[in-house]
Amino acid sequence: MSQRVRWTVFTVIAAAVVAVVTAYAIGAATTYRRAHDRPPTVETAPDTGSAGRATGPRIVFRHTGTDDQNGMIASVPLDDPSGARTFTSLNCDRVDATPQVISCLRTERGVITKYSLTEYAADGAEIQKVSVPGIPSRTRLSPDSSLVATTTFVSGHSYMQVGFSTATEIRDVGGKGYGNLERFTLVLDGKQVSPRDRNIWGVTFADDDTFYATVGTGGETYLVRGDLAERTLTSVAEHVECPSLSPDGTRIAFKQASERGGQTWWTPAVLDLATGKRTVLRAEDRNVDDQIAWLNDHTVLYGLARDDEVGVTDVWSLGTDGRTRPELFIQQAWSPTVVRP
Amino acid sequence: MYITLSDRPKVSSTTGPGRRRVAPVVITLGLVSLVTDISSESVSAILPLYLTGVLGLSTISYGFIDALYQGVSALVRIGGGWAADRGGHPKWVAFLGYGLAAVARFFLLFTTGVAAISAVISADRIGKGLRTAPRDAMISEATPPDRLGQAFGVHRTLDTIGAAVGPLLAFAILWWIPDGYLTVMVVSLGFAVLGVAMLGLFVPDRPASTVPRAERTPVRWREVAQPDLVRLLVVAGVLGLLTVGDGFIYLALLDQGDFAAHWFPLFYVGTNIAYLSLAIPVGRLADRVGKARVLASGHLALLGAYLVAALSWDPTASTLLALVLLGTFYAATDGVIAALAGRLVPETVRASGIASAQTVVAVARMFSSAGFGLLWFVLGPQAALVVVGTGLVAVLPAALVVARRLDLAAGGTR
Repeated sequence: MSQRVRWTVFTVIAAAVVAVVTAYAIGAATTYRRAHDRPPTVETAPDTGSAGRATGPRIVFRHTGTDDQNGMIASVPLDDPSGARTFTSLNCDRVDATPQVISCLRTERGVITKYSLTEYAADGAEIQKVSVPGIPSRTRLSPDSSLVATTTFVSGHSYMQVGFSTATEIRDVGGKGYGNLERFTLVLDGKQVSPRDRNIWGVTFADDDTFYATVGTGGETYLVRGDLAERTLTSVAEHVECPSLSPDGTRIAFKQASERGGQTWWTPAVLDLATGKRTVLRAEDRNVDDQIAWLNDHTVLYGLARDDEVGVTDVWSLGTDGRTRPELFIQQAWSPTVVRP
Repeated sequence: MYITLSDRPKVSSTTGPGRRRVAPVVITLGLVSLVTDISSESVSAILPLYLTGVLGLSTISYGFIDALYQGVSALVRIGGGWAADRGGHPKWVAFLGYGLAAVARFFLLFTTGVAAISAVISADRIGKGLRTAPRDAMISEATPPDRLGQAFGVHRTLDTIGAAVGPLLAFAILWWIPDGYLTVMVVSLGFAVLGVAMLGLFVPDRPASTVPRAERTPVRWREVAQPDLVRLLVVAGVLGLLTVGDGFIYLALLDQGDFAAHWFPLFYVGTNIAYLSLAIPVGRLADRVGKARVLASGHLALLGAYLVAALSWDPTASTLLALVLLGTFYAATDGVIAALAGRLVPETVRASGIASAQTVVAVARMFSSAGFGLLWFVLGPQAALVVVGTGLVAVLPAALVVARRLDLAAGGTR
């Protein structure tokens, strides 16, 4: 092949590559704009002020419809979850809320993508914004609104690093952090250990000092009870992931891992803390990868992705008796949290 | 077309002050690496977001890939060197490596399961392992010994520019199209195809062959295991065991300076910028004062980075200093070791020699990372760095003594 032929061949290849890539990118951009320029297909209601829908007993969640409100935090009245939703002006990946505080985990896109936690007062005023080390996964507030927990996925940033780990932190709302929970003293099965591969995720608060979380190490997962003042984590059960304490404080809802077709498959389950009795909620046969939320003492909520629409999720409800079938609770929603002023 | 400088140049007739140009094939290979690195780094940068955000995978199901890959990559690297020497066609071994990565990227567009994605990623890494040693052997072959440091510096500069541009490009695309993960993968595939085309069309199979090798003999490991190469492997291995992954140093800096965590990726960018600006000057320095000496002395920069990360100074100043020191360390080691290893073995087993050195370094650093992780949790980041730094201080004098000997040996085989 002469040098001229080589250059011709290369020019043809390069032109083809540029043409195909450009056409694809412009097509993708156009499709995205078109889908995200329209109003929501679900019913919406305006915020009617202090006595309105957005301040009474409600469920706060992230709206996941493919429209111009995608990713915005919205709420529906507790007694009418399938009714019209009221939007806030907050855009969050994960959200938790109490009557006083809203915690919001966010991916801030840019040439350098950042991740942040912002704490807002109930009226939407920003209390504090801090950086978090990775991709938002979970956030929970303590019942008295004094503490906020975050779990993020931290990943290697370079070619040679593919590993993943989680970073879980607790902070005072409006104040300082207590550091990564990996630095807390860890007691597994009565023995103090410090395995290098430990990962901690999914905090749920009992009060302003005690919390529960999952510790993963050596391929096992443990439910630990944490003591913030003592900076300790003590195992209380095995094989529990992403705990969520019931409103009456007696049970932990979690996702129980099994394997199906070579893939990890999570099923919602409930653990009675006093007796250690486990109820696997097999009425839900789909793979639930979410930190469960309690609607009341006998119903749990969780998000599930739609099979046919990428990025769209729905919130489902499921009775904890183990017999009730799951029901669609809020469509086009994720990260549900119940707020009872 | 190509400067056919022989392996044993008559005299340095072309090494006048104004004539320090590198062979065109080095530039071409550098450009191939540049576009290929844009391709791979753009996907690596968005893969975590894509896996968790779009495919909804959890961390746990993904973590196992890493260990698997590390082991496979080391074996494949040796295999790539061996195949290049055995067949006498380093270009086509490298081509296979680049091609494999492009094919993997094509399949990534249609992959959604964890198992399938790990398979595709493994194929990509195998491709990288396969192509490195034959490519470095080609650079070595096309360059006279007294300019090897510079040639590798030029190649690594181009390579690192690609590594720096890739993530920026990926995040710029996501900025434009927030759900544009597939667009990033299509762009990445485009760059991979360009790299393969450039290599296939513009790199001659044996760029600077002195004599056509009519009779290829099987690669004998006895030939590869020259006493001097073995010395280099031992030195590089011991130093590698004391080389902490830069991720850990960044974490120590974050820990010390209470930096916002989003600076973390910028630390890689900073190190890369220092590396790419220093690769050529440090390579030239290696040509002048001896490659092994620069290789060993480069660990002084690493030692400096440990100290800066371990001591509490002004956070911004110490971070910048640490990144420059790390960049210096990479500039003094990564290309220089390939330049040196290729000279310590006979020409017929050059790729195997380079592959051996690179594999020893990779494996030693893998063990070092595992061990350092343990130290980190037992002692805390600062104390752990001091411990490893002390080890480095202890072995560096011996390494420098061996380095002098190696430089004489490398010079002697000219």
